[in-house]
Amino acid sequence: MADFEIRDLRVSVEGREILKGVSLDLNRGEVHAVMGPNGSGKSTLSYALMGHPSYQVTAGQVWLKGQDLLQLAPDERARLGVYLAFQYPTVVPGVSMRNFLRTALNWKRGYDGKDRSKAVSPREFQSLLTGPMQQLRMDSTFLSRYVNDGFSGGEKKRAEILQMAALKPEIAILDETDSGLDIDSIRYVSETINGMRGPDLGVLIITHYTRILQFIKPDYVHVLVNGQIVRSGGPEVADELERTGYSEWADEPALAGADLGEVS
Amino acid sequence: MAVVPQINVGEDYREKYGFYDPEKYVFKAKKGLSEEVVKEISWMKGEPEWMTKFRLRSLGIFQRKPLPTWGADLSRIDFDNIYYYVKATEGQGKSWDEVPDQIKRTFDRLGVPEAERKFLAGVAAQYESEVVYHSLHQELEKKGVIFLDTDTALREHPDIFKEHFGTVVPPADNKLAALNSAVWSGGSFIYVPPGVRVDIPLQAYFRINAENMGQFERTLIICDEGSFVHYIEGCTAPIYTTDSLHSAVVEIIVKKGARCRYTTIQNWSTNVYNLVTKRAMAFENATMEWVDGNLGSQITMKYPSVYLMEPGAKGDVLSIAFAGKGQHQDAGGKMVHVAPHTTSTITSKSISKAGGRTSYRGLVKVHPGSHHVKSFVKCDALLLDDRSISDTYPYIECDEPQVNIGHEATVSKVSDEQLFYLMSRGIPQAEAETMIVNGFIEPFTKELPLEYAVELNRLIQLEMEGSVG
Repeated sequence: MADFEIRDLRVSVEGREILKGVSLDLNRGEVHAVMGPNGSGKSTLSYALMGHPSYQVTAGQVWLKGQDLLQLAPDERARLGVYLAFQYPTVVPGVSMRNFLRTALNWKRGYDGKDRSKAVSPREFQSLLTGPMQQLRMDSTFLSRYVNDGFSGGEKKRAEILQMAALKPEIAILDETDSGLDIDSIRYVSETINGMRGPDLGVLIITHYTRILQFIKPDYVHVLVNGQIVRSGGPEVADELERTGYSEWADEPALAGADLGEVS
Repeated sequence: MAVVPQINVGEDYREKYGFYDPEKYVFKAKKGLSEEVVKEISWMKGEPEWMTKFRLRSLGIFQRKPLPTWGADLSRIDFDNIYYYVKATEGQGKSWDEVPDQIKRTFDRLGVPEAERKFLAGVAAQYESEVVYHSLHQELEKKGVIFLDTDTALREHPDIFKEHFGTVVPPADNKLAALNSAVWSGGSFIYVPPGVRVDIPLQAYFRINAENMGQFERTLIICDEGSFVHYIEGCTAPIYTTDSLHSAVVEIIVKKGARCRYTTIQNWSTNVYNLVTKRAMAFENATMEWVDGNLGSQITMKYPSVYLMEPGAKGDVLSIAFAGKGQHQDAGGKMVHVAPHTTSTITSKSISKAGGRTSYRGLVKVHPGSHHVKSFVKCDALLLDDRSISDTYPYIECDEPQVNIGHEATVSKVSDEQLFYLMSRGIPQAEAETMIVNGFIEPFTKELPLEYAVELNRLIQLEMEGSVG
């Protein structure tokens, strides 16, 4: 039994079925990539795993630590150890990154405003963030800024990875984390993620392009097309896609020559 | 007034507080308003004749003037059924046991110190912190700053008092200002001499005043040339009062080059009609800033205003309003540009929840000849559910072509995307909502002294949980 099991997941959006029975096993210590063309259901998979209310799960289970994630609210999933790095992180005006991160950390530790000994101390907070912030080239003023407010595309993505470093999830889903990143940022982000790799962390990279996989080497690659996984294998699958693109399944050009910029 | 029901004491008062208003005052004047009552008030205070006359003249104006009908619904106020003067005796005849548990619990959760609780609950008539008060008082005295309750100021500083009192808000301004002028009691008086900067905010807390937070407070602040003062009124803890009409007048004079900031956070219990006239006059290069937070009450009507009298004067209003079930917060600001090269901003943030209603009502008026005026009004409303209401009434009256006036209004809801984002980090929905609301009012909160900011955030949290009356 895998640490994280997606079983026959079916998801609809506004009555239209997008995921048509997705199954996937992921163990901590492993990095999996889910690749697919536009409209294949990649983002739906990440949102559904985290519990976005607009994505209706019609069938399936997702098991982590003996619990079916699909029965839990998003915050409960997060506290159980799931993390989603958003493709388009949301702006929350007036809430500082510091306050946001501290609140999230406190909840993760079971501090709900009562037992102060569970709360993260300022010193601890500092030490948790200093390393990743250096690695991600974020200066200290960053924590005083409002959540994603006025952040550049690269800053948003780096902020997502910083949160991941602080929250130390067991299962991290990275949704198109490389989209909109310049080459320096992608390096900082990848280095930070690679630094977190280890026996306690399972990573699910969701991506259209192979670029990020040159920086973060996956152990397994799955190809998602039209709401179903059509192929699974080792890193060689990504190499193949690099050459052929998704043409076997979808009418799209090969990836090698494709634009590596923004991906919708 | 026609036949109207007795002034409403909050329809869900009993369900919320499990408490009925017991009649246990030590002393009260007669119900209702008459020359006799007004004379009695003035006599009991031992006031000079000019004040007695002022009160009587104001009473006449009150009786002649109609109630404003352009704002919130005031038709249920029965002016004949109100005690206009409750002699402030120790404890006002109430005991701690009579304070509703709900209010006590809120004090607990807000961490209000023991001494303040009784004061806020109207049990103790003064904040028992004489030591703090005395050292502050001496400090101020050295600088020539006068900081007294208004009644004492009238006795001890009659000349400066008479010179300024009633000059910013004359009794004829509106019916409720006339009422206050006739029956006022308590409030703060501050005089800051030329060039003096008062470094720490002055708070009504520290003023030993038996009649603090009364129904008809009268506050007068005079900032002489080049001076600075920050005055803080109220607090975030709910002010429990059995008086259902609060009608204060605040007058501020900011002389050349001076700056005054007046911060209010009020959280009246939800039986209260809070109808307040706040006005400042800012002279050459003077700055007046109103920071105004309204959380409690059943109906609030409050539009802090600045009359920009001379070139270089600047006026700011920054306000928030939170309306929950059964509440109507009708608030905003007024900027009256009487001179050229004057600037003003009004920033209003409102939150409506559980069927509550917030209204922004504001006026920017530019008199002829007041060229090169700049004014910007921004009002943002946040609705927490589909039952709640927000409306805006921005008025601009401009008699001068060379001006720059801007207005911007937004209405938004707590978005699913923001909630999902915060929840995806492990933050439960209720706390996520609170964070979003606190974020929304952050431009206000960051202007508050730290302890107030913390309290306000806590209070919003309680409001969001629906556990505050």
